[in-house]
Amino acid sequence: MNFPILSTLIFLPLISSFFIFLSKDKKNNFSSIYISLFSSIATFLLSLFLWYSLDANTAEFQFVEEKSWINNFIKFKLGVDGISILFIVLTAFITPICIISCINSVKDRVKEFLIAILVLETFMIGVFCSLDLVIFYLFFEGGLIPMFLIIGVWGGSRRVYSAFKFFLFTLLGSVLMLVAIIVIYWLTGTTDITEIYEIKIPKEHQNLLWLAFLSSFAVKMPMWPVHTWLPDAHVEAPTAGSVILAAILLKMAGYGFLRFSIPMFPYASEFFTPLIFSLSIIAIIYTSLVALMQEDMKKLIAYSSVAHMGYVTLGIFTFTKQGIEGSIYQMISHGLISAALFLCVGVVYDRLHSRLISTYGGLVNYLPKYSLLFLIFALAALGLPGTTGFLGEFLILTGTFQKSYLAAILATLGVVLGAAYMLWLTKRVIFGVTQNPKIQTLSDVNKSEIIMLATLAFFVIFFGFYPMPLMETFSVSVNGLIDNYQLALNNR
Amino acid sequence: MINNLNILLPEIFLSLSIFSILMLGVFIKKSFNIVFNLTSLILILTIAIILNNPNNEVKIFLDSFIRDSFSNYFKILILISSLFVLNSSKNFITENNLDKFEYPIIILLSILGMFFMVSSNDLILFYLGLELQSLSLYILASIDRDNLRSSESGIKYFVLSALSSGLLLYGCSLLYGFTGSTNFDLIANQLTKENVGAVFAMVFILVGLAFKVSAVPFHMWTPDVYEGAPTSITNYFAVVPKVAGLALLIKFMLIPFSNILLEWQTILIFISIASMILGAVAAIVQKNIKRLLAYSSIGHIGYALAGVATGEISGYESSIVYISIYVIMNIGAFSCLYLLKKDGQYKENISDLSGISKKHPLLAISLLIILFSMAGVPPLGGFFAKFYIFTAVLEKEMYALAIIGLLTTVISAFYYLKIIKTIYFDDSFIILEKVKNKTAQVSIFLSCSILLTFFLYPAILSNIVSSLFAN
Repeated sequence: MNFPILSTLIFLPLISSFFIFLSKDKKNNFSSIYISLFSSIATFLLSLFLWYSLDANTAEFQFVEEKSWINNFIKFKLGVDGISILFIVLTAFITPICIISCINSVKDRVKEFLIAILVLETFMIGVFCSLDLVIFYLFFEGGLIPMFLIIGVWGGSRRVYSAFKFFLFTLLGSVLMLVAIIVIYWLTGTTDITEIYEIKIPKEHQNLLWLAFLSSFAVKMPMWPVHTWLPDAHVEAPTAGSVILAAILLKMAGYGFLRFSIPMFPYASEFFTPLIFSLSIIAIIYTSLVALMQEDMKKLIAYSSVAHMGYVTLGIFTFTKQGIEGSIYQMISHGLISAALFLCVGVVYDRLHSRLISTYGGLVNYLPKYSLLFLIFALAALGLPGTTGFLGEFLILTGTFQKSYLAAILATLGVVLGAAYMLWLTKRVIFGVTQNPKIQTLSDVNKSEIIMLATLAFFVIFFGFYPMPLMETFSVSVNGLIDNYQLALNNR
Repeated sequence: MINNLNILLPEIFLSLSIFSILMLGVFIKKSFNIVFNLTSLILILTIAIILNNPNNEVKIFLDSFIRDSFSNYFKILILISSLFVLNSSKNFITENNLDKFEYPIIILLSILGMFFMVSSNDLILFYLGLELQSLSLYILASIDRDNLRSSESGIKYFVLSALSSGLLLYGCSLLYGFTGSTNFDLIANQLTKENVGAVFAMVFILVGLAFKVSAVPFHMWTPDVYEGAPTSITNYFAVVPKVAGLALLIKFMLIPFSNILLEWQTILIFISIASMILGAVAAIVQKNIKRLLAYSSIGHIGYALAGVATGEISGYESSIVYISIYVIMNIGAFSCLYLLKKDGQYKENISDLSGISKKHPLLAISLLIILFSMAGVPPLGGFFAKFYIFTAVLEKEMYALAIIGLLTTVISAFYYLKIIKTIYFDDSFIILEKVKNKTAQVSIFLSCSILLTFFLYPAILSNIVSSLFAN
């Protein structure tokens, strides 16, 4: 395989954003929209091709590209395995949806917005492809710049506060990871993670390094108690920004745990499992309760994201096949569902410019198609069997029961709470009595909105009934991950 | 003897041309333009002469003057940055009635001083070069002599800098007294840890040098002088003398004080941490861009000194990479100031940038790139500068320095973000006057494209720098 397919995948959006930068159209931004749509769909097709040609029967990294980069000691190394390919496909799938959504919701500076989205896509795909710690850090942090601008320029009324909070929280978490990366370099003499897997980091250094990585991933995840930037960022970000934030940026941390924390620091991962378990359980129960009390729809979904990410960390640190597979599945499913829910909020926000639950009520009478779609996603979010949301949570809980009954029982409580806030939200927004006369004048979803939401709904239900394509992709890689982890622990 | 002169060719060429254009300036009326253009030509020719000279290490004049790849690299960096600083500020100079023919000549004189500084291998030559540079800078700071603030900043700089020069000279004489020589190599042989007097001398010399690069706690003059002096001079101050000062610090650690590194390190670590913290915290409340850039430069010097404080070759290399990228960023940032013109005046407050992204998208995106790079956000050039520094610092297992340094980058990110917020998020929008300043635009473009594409092949700069220490 000589064609550098991963580099193409990473840099295609960047190059097309450069063309958008050069394009000149004064009135409507057709050419920018077409370029970005075309390039993002091309990226998506390329990622599908990558998925198709990936050999799922091996845990090895495939399509590896290597180039000397900084003084021969840091290599520009890319590669994918069964775990990362799904996140790449998810990223490439969500980006065109965001671009379609901005046709309706972004009114000024469309060109710059599309550039920001495409640059962000480059960084996001880069995160999931990189096999070198420095490259990973580069992409992981680089994504802050476009996201900061997306929140700050196109956001709501408190956008400045939210954008700063988002940027500084994430940067503060990440600098410690940078220290850890450099320390790993001096300990092992390389930053290539496949080599680090072989060399094995000395046991006495693992705990501190693991904590440094945690500081970054915990903020990005976000885990309780550093989750507070997320509701602010979500509420103020424009719809497309919220979608990308919820669907992909949050997954970077979960992916980081799987790719870096567990394989590189097996002892520390085992040692800190009780910490992760407690933080996850607190996140699940506490943020679910907080979500119950929200009056802002976006805030409610944001808190529910924190709770769902709590399941993900819980599942990852069970180190069981069910738990880790459930976590990956939950991340993909949450990527689809939360993206859809934010788009749903965006649809009514574009019409009434309010995110408050109290503004709405009885939408089912006037917007039947919209209500159906909203209902599907709400039910998927609470984990109704037959949707992707169910399978992830079910597998995670199965995994957790093998490790700790207490944690599993408490986490199951979160499922009930999740049903409570989602159903209550649906009741207040979709059903109930119409108080607000403006709702009667609303138009139902238009074509582009139908395209976005129906595609997402199709995949949520399709993969809910038939999860095999996803499961088969990452199954072998997950086995390899757990085997290496067990091997490392047995060798002590 | 004739061979020796050959080695000294860049300095001889520079001084002879300074005298000739000085004559030209005196005898021709309205000679600013001619002198200015000749100055650019001289700078380019000097670069060509240095590049044509061989790089091997030669010491001449009783080993007091040294020519090697280290000094040549710094000379070229000084020349290129002066070239960009001078040319992008030409419009600014003429529009603010600073177009006296002495202006470029004094800049050339200070460059000559810096040449001797980076090439010195002897305390006397070092001091002479330093004073030639400082005296030229005093005049430059107060060149706008009818302006109260410019004169004030010149006087302030003169008084404080003269004091520090005095301390430096005192240190030099102590060093001579305790080691019996002014030559760097001989001093290095004589110095041992037991030589308490020499440690004293070292502290005095360090104070003098820290003042020249404006490191905390000898930074007090920086914000006032940066704000008071005309922007074109501030630009020069922020870029060129820092390069020479850092070169000297590295040189002192490499040769004369290589035996008492531990004592140096303790002080340098303190200075570095203090500069990083002050640079980050004090800049937050600033409203004037030049003042803010002053504090930001204090912070940047803190990072560069962190590399020097390691006392390892890899640390010095990282500092040189850092200062090179710092030069690129600062030339870009100051060139943006030459385009901020409204109502016939050049603006220098952050509030004057409010919402310029709507009408001046190119200027806005350039500032965005430069500021994010200064904040050290990947994948821009500024990140790699910091990355090299912290790699070197962590190699020596100086964890506290690394962690404090990285936490201050988060704090300093805040004030860079504040400017970006003013440019991009503010609802109001300011429409600037059209400024015809091609060279400033070219400098901004070059600076931004280097910062943006640095990540493609970062080894190019570090390879050059590591070749300086090859022998």
